[in-house]
Amino acid sequence: MCLAIPGKIVSLADDPAHSALIEVAGVHRRVDVSLVEPDGIGPGDWVLIHVGFAMSKIREQDAYEQMSMLKALGETEAAMQEVRGYSTDDAEPPPKERSIP
Amino acid sequence: MKYVDEFREPELIARTSEEIRRLVDPRRHYRFMEVCGGHTHAIYRFGLKDLLPPNIELVHGPGCPVCVLPMGRIDDGLSMAASSDVIFTAFGDMMRVPGTHGSPLEYKARGADVRIVYSPADALKLARANPDRQVMFFAIGFETTAPSTALTLMRAKAERIRNFSVFSNHVTIIPAIRAILDSPDMRIDAFIGPGHVSTVIGCRPYEWIARHEGKPIVVSGFEPLDVLQSVAMLLVQLQRGEAKVENQYRRVVPWEGNRAALKAMAEVFTLRSYFEWRGMGFISQSALALSEAYAEWDAEKRFQVPGIRVTDPKAAQCGEVLKGVLKPAQCKLFGKECTPERPIGALMVSSEGSCAAYYQYEYRKSQLVSIPA
Repeated sequence: MCLAIPGKIVSLADDPAHSALIEVAGVHRRVDVSLVEPDGIGPGDWVLIHVGFAMSKIREQDAYEQMSMLKALGETEAAMQEVRGYSTDDAEPPPKERSIP
Repeated sequence: MKYVDEFREPELIARTSEEIRRLVDPRRHYRFMEVCGGHTHAIYRFGLKDLLPPNIELVHGPGCPVCVLPMGRIDDGLSMAASSDVIFTAFGDMMRVPGTHGSPLEYKARGADVRIVYSPADALKLARANPDRQVMFFAIGFETTAPSTALTLMRAKAERIRNFSVFSNHVTIIPAIRAILDSPDMRIDAFIGPGHVSTVIGCRPYEWIARHEGKPIVVSGFEPLDVLQSVAMLLVQLQRGEAKVENQYRRVVPWEGNRAALKAMAEVFTLRSYFEWRGMGFISQSALALSEAYAEWDAEKRFQVPGIRVTDPKAAQCGEVLKGVLKPAQCKLFGKECTPERPIGALMVSSEGSCAAYYQYEYRKSQLVSIPA
């Protein structure tokens, strides 16, 4: 319930308003960023996500630490299930995978 | 005994643990309450009590939203699922919580249209996609979750989506702490303050605890090192005879909270004059209802909600456990009638409930150990 999932902003969007495409461990979903917009956000920034809404802007290092803590708590699966569960029908297709040289 | 090298930053953990040992007065017994269910889970999972001197007792507080919801509210919510034109939506955590006639999942098995959503925004999306059905979102959560419900309702209103409604069971943390402090059978020396709730409300709302109740409170992160540092900060305050609010989780929690979130909550919600908490009874001004401006989206106004009150099974001692008077295993039903597989009380359902956490990390371990070789 109190899961806070770290995600990286890929791009900001106006439709739906106040949303962003975020990436969590390779999964792309659209989340609402209204609550962190006043902090100034852009692609490459990290946020903590709770029930589909970005709650706070965090540093990259804190994002990695949060992810490793979810892992230690045995919550990674629940967190990924939550992220995958955010519906995608209005999310733009994720950027193409980079080919590995 | 826990080996500190199991943790990240083992040296810092060892040093903090040492610092705690140096700070405690061996003649004294300390009772620190962690208010948030996320902390309870982390404390059990990481076995943090093994890193603390025996005279520091961590008492688990009421900060698991699934656990504090009385059964009557679950019955009320499920009464709406009975109608064939209703899509009942809720977070996954709610699905196994027992009502009088079964959990949401059991209602689904009997044919009700019950769906898990991971965000209130997705419940609204379902309403957009099903204009001829009524989509009801069973909202639970403290101030961490309430802003998301508020923003979703603001969107529903802006888009005039009228087949969407919210059954609000949002609760607020401060009145619950007040109720604990007012309870005659409680003696708490200091508080480990909730991390994610505080990203929304900030640290100011806790000031009365320090000022008027004379109890130190440290808003804490969830990593083992965070919790240990918070314990050390509480001990320093107690040693100096101080009581103030400190923020250990500064990397995430701003002192002033999140203004945008507070503004959304103020627009959409109004304080209920009282609300029933499981095991704690009625607490005044402790929960959020939809404001007049959002009455049209209020499930309690749209549907006939029976307003059911159900007393917990007599043998279950959820209330005492919730207030920290009893440890989970001291409840008569613990591990016997009440298990995570067949929960009787909600504390056994959520991983943030102290009974489920205790069962998973302490009780099963002790059972394994007791099997003769």
